[in-house]
Amino acid sequence: MKDQDFLYQIGLAPDEAETSDAASWEFSRRDFFKIGAAASGGLLLSMYWPSPASAKAGAAVFEPNVFVKIGTDGLVTFTSPECEMGQGSRTSLAVIVTDELDADWSMVRIEQAPLHEQYGAQWTGGSTSIRTRWNELRTAGATARAMLIAAAAETWRVDPASCTTDRGVVIHRASGRKLPYGELAEAAARLPAPTDVPLKDPKDFRLIGKPMGSVDIPAMTRGEAVFGFDLTLPGMRYAVIKRCPVFGGTVKSFDASGTEAVPGVLAVFEVQPTGRPFHVAAGVAVIAETTWAALKGREELDVDWEEGPHAAENSKTLSEQMHTLTETPGDVIFEKGNVVLDTEDVIQAVYEMPFLSHAPMEPMNCIAHVQGNRCELWAPTQNPAANRGAVARVLGIPAQNIHVNIIMTGGGFGRRLQSDYAIEAALLSKAVGAPVKVLWTRDDDLQHDFYRPANLHRLDAKLDANGYPEALRHRIASTSLAESSGGPDVENKHRSEVGGAADMRYRIPNRRCEFVNISAAIPRGAWRSVSNTFTAFAVESFIDEMAVAAGKDPYQYRRDLIDMSVKPDPDNPFSFDPARLKGVLDLAAEKAGWGKELPPGHGLGIACHYSFLTYAAEVIEASVEDGAVKIHRVVAAVDCGTVVNPDTGGSQVEGGIIDGLSVAFHQAITLRKGRVRQDNFHDYPLMRINEAPASIEVHFVPSDAPPTGLGEPVLPPAAPALANALFAATGKRIRTLPLAEFDWRG
Amino acid sequence: MARFTLIVNGKQREVDVPPDTPLLWVLRDTLGLTGTKYSCGEALCGACTVHLNGNPIASCRYPISAVGGQTVTTIEGLSADGTHPVQQAWVELSVPQCGYCQTGQIMQAAALLEDNPNPSLAEVDAAMAGVLCRCGTYLRIRKAVQRAAELKSMVGGVR
Repeated sequence: MKDQDFLYQIGLAPDEAETSDAASWEFSRRDFFKIGAAASGGLLLSMYWPSPASAKAGAAVFEPNVFVKIGTDGLVTFTSPECEMGQGSRTSLAVIVTDELDADWSMVRIEQAPLHEQYGAQWTGGSTSIRTRWNELRTAGATARAMLIAAAAETWRVDPASCTTDRGVVIHRASGRKLPYGELAEAAARLPAPTDVPLKDPKDFRLIGKPMGSVDIPAMTRGEAVFGFDLTLPGMRYAVIKRCPVFGGTVKSFDASGTEAVPGVLAVFEVQPTGRPFHVAAGVAVIAETTWAALKGREELDVDWEEGPHAAENSKTLSEQMHTLTETPGDVIFEKGNVVLDTEDVIQAVYEMPFLSHAPMEPMNCIAHVQGNRCELWAPTQNPAANRGAVARVLGIPAQNIHVNIIMTGGGFGRRLQSDYAIEAALLSKAVGAPVKVLWTRDDDLQHDFYRPANLHRLDAKLDANGYPEALRHRIASTSLAESSGGPDVENKHRSEVGGAADMRYRIPNRRCEFVNISAAIPRGAWRSVSNTFTAFAVESFIDEMAVAAGKDPYQYRRDLIDMSVKPDPDNPFSFDPARLKGVLDLAAEKAGWGKELPPGHGLGIACHYSFLTYAAEVIEASVEDGAVKIHRVVAAVDCGTVVNPDTGGSQVEGGIIDGLSVAFHQAITLRKGRVRQDNFHDYPLMRINEAPASIEVHFVPSDAPPTGLGEPVLPPAAPALANALFAATGKRIRTLPLAEFDWRG
Repeated sequence: MARFTLIVNGKQREVDVPPDTPLLWVLRDTLGLTGTKYSCGEALCGACTVHLNGNPIASCRYPISAVGGQTVTTIEGLSADGTHPVQQAWVELSVPQCGYCQTGQIMQAAALLEDNPNPSLAEVDAAMAGVLCRCGTYLRIRKAVQRAAELKSMVGGVR
């Protein structure tokens, strides 16, 4: 089962993710129809429907559980309950089932499940897909296999224990008789499902641990993969929305006469804002026959905004508040020993990081079709249950009347945990009386995101006679996720902000972590690896600064400081084990040749971090040439337990590192006059191929432990490893990100 | 609205659209060729890359009225069965993650190899720098472009 703790950590109460309570919502639908009278367009595009991954299996007669179906033709259909956004989880989940089922991989097909209670929690975030489905899907596969064996044994009148399987065939060992799964499917379907079926010994895995590619890739390379943006329905209208640029603003008035004159524009509606937790912005929607007509129509809209109470919010003021408020004590989140920092030789540093946008390559979009008190959604989403709950609340219809089709997404990174795009589509479909696809442009995406919080860290430490920290205080100021979804009075605002800092893994006898919330109107949300994106940068940079102050090697210093007195719980394979953290640190250092001689001007930096139950360490070799940062090499060591599919697993590590470096290099969302200044990739740049490291070497620690997270935990060490490498190379310390703003001549 | 005759993936197609409509939306909304993607709308990311007379262009900023008789090739027409050397290399090296930018990457890479059958890594970086990948598949893209060059030269050898 997925634990609910992650939902708290991302600032969502579980009932917001899964809610179906229609009565508590006070959404005002008054004035929704400002122009109304949707013109009837002649639009009827041909039905274009996704075939998930590959062709559907034939007559499936044996369905031992909701994940596995086997047909008389021998085809095995795996129904993936998780959302696919490029992490490759549905391939890996199919591998898990197939290995225990001992099916022939070439006979396995993958279908995407819609939202349904029978699949358990389907929100896809917190690097949980593989970890939380591991036992469930192994059991699903093993149980089906046991039933196929029982069916064969009954046919042959032999003891099931005398039978085995080999890639889709049951074999009677003594006689050598064989029956393929397809021929056993009907008989197996009549048998009761056994309980407590033993799982494979990991040494017997055939597919788990092998590079299996991703089943979605061939279609992607032909342009046949269907994302939300690519879906159309008969009679569907296209919608784009001009949203109030100021968070919390409203529509004062608008003139749509220019818009209505654009050929293909069908209707214009005002969209009322919802406020938190959904943060649907106030705006004016243009409904049209084509995307281009909707975009052109939007250009012609003349809207007078009531900018509201937050029109003065800006990044500079928020930053000043963070600086000032961390000069005095905050709420104590963690305290051990007695932190005394009253001497002259206290080491101090302040680290600051900006708001970030998720900026997935596929901007937000969703199709809704509302008919009476029923609604169907086609949502490229990470959080279908939340989408359903949100639409139920806003439309005032029962959640059970809403069907959510989970569509493959062109990137998530946490953005698609939210529901604003689904609410917009549902409201507009209801208004138009037809299926509506709401499309976001890039400026919509960058200016109306749920941003990674801006944050600041003030660290103070006193070293003992041996150079190790005797006392350390970490003050965190952040624009918390919890406040953004729960409001200014929500309790425990720190919960989404201190992970990776309050629970840091170094041995420091006297340590305190404090938190101060900085209130802001700009919506915030979980962004890949959540608080670890910033806490790891502060902690792993400061450890380096302490090592330098102590005159010690930064790798050895970390090694000495990992608190080995912490003992893992032998009954909980997921409990923190300091030996595994030291293991990845050592592996990364060894593979990188830590301590070797480097070309002139180059520096090596190291960082390690534990998050999402996974241990990651990275060594980066970097230099600064003519004021430009160059990354020569990245070496990553990762202990995430069993690596189900090293192919897609390796992609996650490479991509997580690039993401972390891209953030360190370039990315910042800044607010001025209550609005986001950036509006496309020219002022919100992502790392491009020519800036990418010359090499990224991925080393997984061999392990039989159950799998843990991988999509997120490799990201946090990347930025501090880079900053530490640049310090080693230049003697200059990066404490503010992005480093593009750093003046190397200074 | 205006009528245009286009040559898309070797076939003649008639469309009736406003003349300022970008080629991207004609391909996607009018012709149903959704392999070409929208991501930035300002020719900054390369997700919408198609070939015009064999040259890579950003279709999101290219008005249909400027296409004229030039041949348009999209990902759907790059090969008959998905076996262009670039497509093969992309599968072989498991390049895509979310896949959304990858048709643009593939079209850009295919155009590069037509011009320069054996690009150096620096030439790959220079040619591919216009196509953003948010998932960070760049290291695999570098390898796959060079692998595609190898596959292409092998095909050429057989011919």
